[in-house]
This record gives sequence, C-alpha cells and structure tokens, in this order.
Amino acid sequence: MMMSKPKRLRSASQIKQQRIAYGFVFPYVLMFSVFILVPVLVAIFLSFTYFDTVRSPSWVGFENYIYLFTNDEIFMQKVLANTLKYAVIVGPGSYILSFVLAWILAQLTPRLRTVLALIIYSPSLTGGITMAVLWRIIFAGDSSGYLNSILLRFGMIVEPIVFLQSQEFLLLIMVIVTLWSSMGVGFLAILAGILNVNQEMYEAGYIDGIKNKFQEIIYITIPLIRPQMLFGAVMAIVGTFASAGIGVALSGSNPTPQYAGQLIVNHIEYYGFFKYEMGYAAALSVVLLLFVYLISRFAFRLFGSKD
Amino acid sequence: MARSKFLGTKINPSRFHKSQIKYLLILSPLVAFMALPLIYIFNVAFKPLEELFFYPPTFIVQRFTMSNFVRLFSVTGASGIPMSRYLFNSIIVTVLVLFFSVLISTMAGYALSKLNFKGKKLMNEINTVALMFVGIAVMIPRYLIVEKLGLIDNFFVHVLPYLAIPVGLFLVKQFIDQIPDELLDAARIDGARELQIYTKIILPLIRPAIATIVILSFQSVWNSADTSTVYINNDNLKTFAFYMNTLTSGTNGVAGQGMAAAASLIMFVPNFVIFLVMQSKVMDTMAHSGIK
Repeated sequence: MMMSKPKRLRSASQIKQQRIAYGFVFPYVLMFSVFILVPVLVAIFLSFTYFDTVRSPSWVGFENYIYLFTNDEIFMQKVLANTLKYAVIVGPGSYILSFVLAWILAQLTPRLRTVLALIIYSPSLTGGITMAVLWRIIFAGDSSGYLNSILLRFGMIVEPIVFLQSQEFLLLIMVIVTLWSSMGVGFLAILAGILNVNQEMYEAGYIDGIKNKFQEIIYITIPLIRPQMLFGAVMAIVGTFASAGIGVALSGSNPTPQYAGQLIVNHIEYYGFFKYEMGYAAALSVVLLLFVYLISRFAFRLFGSKD
Repeated sequence: MARSKFLGTKINPSRFHKSQIKYLLILSPLVAFMALPLIYIFNVAFKPLEELFFYPPTFIVQRFTMSNFVRLFSVTGASGIPMSRYLFNSIIVTVLVLFFSVLISTMAGYALSKLNFKGKKLMNEINTVALMFVGIAVMIPRYLIVEKLGLIDNFFVHVLPYLAIPVGLFLVKQFIDQIPDELLDAARIDGARELQIYTKIILPLIRPAIATIVILSFQSVWNSADTSTVYINNDNLKTFAFYMNTLTSGTNGVAGQGMAAAASLIMFVPNFVIFLVMQSKVMDTMAHSGIK
C-alpha cells in the first residue's frame, strides 16, 4: 500500500486534524462495519454453533466443519467439484480474456477502440444474473429455443435438448454466460494500464533487442502494469464467486437439477433459507470467504510489489 | 530495421495501419459473441406477439412494435401492484444510494489519503482485504443483523447495504493520492478549513473518480433483486429488479418472452447510457487503479 508515514502528533492543530479525520471516515466505517465486518464476524461465530433461528445458537465446536468435509456428500461430490470446475475455468479464463482483449484493443486507433471496448464491456453492466432471461430464451429447451432451432435446422440434433435442466450442459452454459458478462472493471483497469505505458519504454526495449510482440508483452507491458494486473486479478476472483448464483437463475430452481450447477453460494442459500440450518450455512460461508482470500493472496504473490 | 518494426506496431496508434487488420480479425468473433445476445434481446423486446411464435425463431424483428412495453406497463403483479410502482421504488433507491455512497466514500477517501490519524494504516489495510469480499457469502449473517436492527420491511434496507463499497473507496483514495499535498497546504495557509478543502478543492478535482463510483453503485443497486427478495415482504416496497425476476422466472412460455425482454431492456439501457456518458472519466480513474 502506498501511504505517507503517519507523523507523530505534536501540535494542537494536528490533534484537531485527527478529530476532523475521524469525522470524515466515520460514516464509511459505520456502514462498512454493519454490513461487511460484523457479518463476517457473525458468520465465523455462527459457524461454530447450531442455530435454527428459533432457539438461540448452541455451541458445537468444529462439528459443522467436520460434517462439511466428511459427511455432506452433496457438498463433496457435487458442490465442491462444480465450484472448482467453474472457478478454475471462469477465474483464469475471464482474467486471460480481459488481458488479451485489452491488449488487442490497445493496438487499435482511439475511436474504433472506444466503440469496441464499449461493446465488450456492456454485458458486464447488468451481469449474467439480470440477463438470465435472455439466456433462457436462447437456451430454451423446446424447438422455440434459439439455439435448439438452429441446431435442428442444420440437422445437428434430432430433437431439442433441454439445456438448462441437463446435467451435461448446465455448468458449461453457466461458464459461458459468466465469461460473457465478466469483462468489467478489471478489464477496464488493464486496458487503462496498457494505454498509459510510456511509449519510450517500448522504443528502449526494441533498441535493447526485443524482437517481437510476445517478448514486448512479457518484458515490458506486464511488468509495467503489474499494479493493474493485480487489481484485475482480484476483480476476476471476486467476480467469479459473486456471480455464482447464475445456475439457479438459469435453471429456475435451487437446488439446480441433479445439482448440476450447484455452487457453494447456492448451497449456502439452500441451507440457510430453505433448511434454516444457519450454523452450517455460516460454516459454508467461512469456507467460501477463505477460499476467495487464499486465491487472492496467491495473486498478490504473483503481482504484488516485493517489500 | 528495429525502429521501423517498432513504429509499425505501436500501442495506441493515431492512424490506421494495415498491421491492425489482423487484430480486427481476431477481435471480431469475440466482439460478436459479446454483442449478439444484446442485439437479440433488443429485437425480441420489439417483436409483436405473432412474430414471437414464428418457427423457426427469427433473429431480427420484422414489424417493429412497442406492444411488449405497453403490456409490461399495464400488467400488474400478483398482488395488484402496478409495474410503475416498482420502477418508482427503484429510482428512489438508486438516487439515494448514488448520493450517499459518493458522499461517504469521497469523505473517507480524502481522510485516508490526506489527513493523519491513528488507525489510518490499519483502515487502509482492512479496506484492501475487503476488496476480496464477496457479499453473497454472508447473506445469512447480514439477514440476521438487518432483522436485529428492525430493518425488515423498512424501505432503507434497499439503500444501506450498498453504501460502503470497498472498491469504490479504494479507487477514490488512489485518485486523491495524485493530488499534490502542496496544493492543500497552500489552501490551509490561506485559512481554509478541512471541510472547505474537501468541498472546494478535492471534490472538483476527483470528478472522474466520482463518476466511477456512480457507475459501480448504479450497477450494484439498480440490478439487485436481493434486498427485495430477502429483506422485504411488503410488495409495495419491492424494486423493479425484483419484479423483473418474478416476470422471467415465472414464465417459460413464448408469450412471456417479449415482456421479459422488454423488462430486461429497461434494466440494461440506463446502465449503458450512464457508462456511455462517463466512460472517459472512468478510464481516467482506472489508470490509477493499480494495487501497489
């Protein structure tokens, strides 16, 4: 983090400035505490309890976690496997795609670039979940579905495929829809980063013997935009998990058909709001948050400044 | 030789050069993949009913009509509440969120960047960790807290959860870091108070960052059906995004498609217009987005 070293407070005016500073940060700190910090702490606490919302929580130690990793067959066989598959494809996929698209866009003239960037960015404006209706029309399971009708017309299938209820296709469609809507702020950050690289750096690079575009990317572009690469990575990781409700939105049910698109987020919702097992749901939340945090730490290792 | 090669492959070129054609060729299928679904929904929204039943389904609308929008506005929810009510709720919620999220994150961003206070380092670090925060992971504790605070079925429960946006504060703080301290010190010597510095110097200088928070908050609040689903039982207080969800998850029939498409267009277009107006400012902010 970049910041000035806090100076030792000496004069009355500095003490006054400190008081004013607290006034400035107070509203944010309050809202942050109530809706982000305290919920995380409550989740950690509840994860060690049994809580059905009627009686007060009773302490059960690590029981929820033990159940989660040893007895919850749906979690181990379906939810975890789906989440890993989904995250491994969507996370790095959207990240690599946003770099590639941003880099290519940077090779074009400004006016053309602005138009194309706007098109690429616009699906992320509303996100996959809000646009689920669109995808439900495209992937509709009868011959009125757009994709089905195309496949039928070209004789590639004999009868319509019920895509959104199918064990084979649901996860794949979720990945496609999420990738479609994932070129968001991370993509813009990387694009802005690439555009702001000083031209002279490239010139110097070519004099020093860089021979092609690939070397240019590896030795000049990526090292120089490392801070933006890190921001983009964090956004890609968070975006991957935040959009994980998409399976339920597409298939219209929780749990998704045969748990085909069930991800941790849906599992939390299912245990919390349908089964009222809040303690167990909280343990799932903690696992998810840890998951996101650890992957992000990895990104920090990769791109963070070495200090 | 090396130099001519370099000029041919410049980043951010000012003129068109034939070497750019290959990039356009790589880009066009990807751009088509991004754009076609949106073009499609646009066409479905303006199709008359009989065209929706065409087999095979057509991509482009043939007889342009507003009838889907008319039906959407005239239809009322299960509980007899007109669609305009939901739209009205959404607009109020969005305006409140935009105003207050900009206010509190610029205030906090100013203090974190330019004022000295105990706990500043810690707060910066916590906020950086919070960039990795996934809101839906804690939907249950959030619900319990909202319930404890007595905010269930309170209109402001649509607003409050969206006010603290770690990414927004982060971007604003990074942006304010670029403003030279000397400028603020000069104003202080001239007798300006911190509040005046914030309103007269900081706010005008960080308009790009403000535009960016506006877009981020707009996206999260305008598109969200969660607060209506989870915290609100009174149908009068629910939002348009929620109404749209009921509309789309309830109907799988072809006839409902037109209306659902019209509704998702109403969701999409304001996002698009706001971004269109502010895109250059957003790019300005994003240049300072790096995590160091």
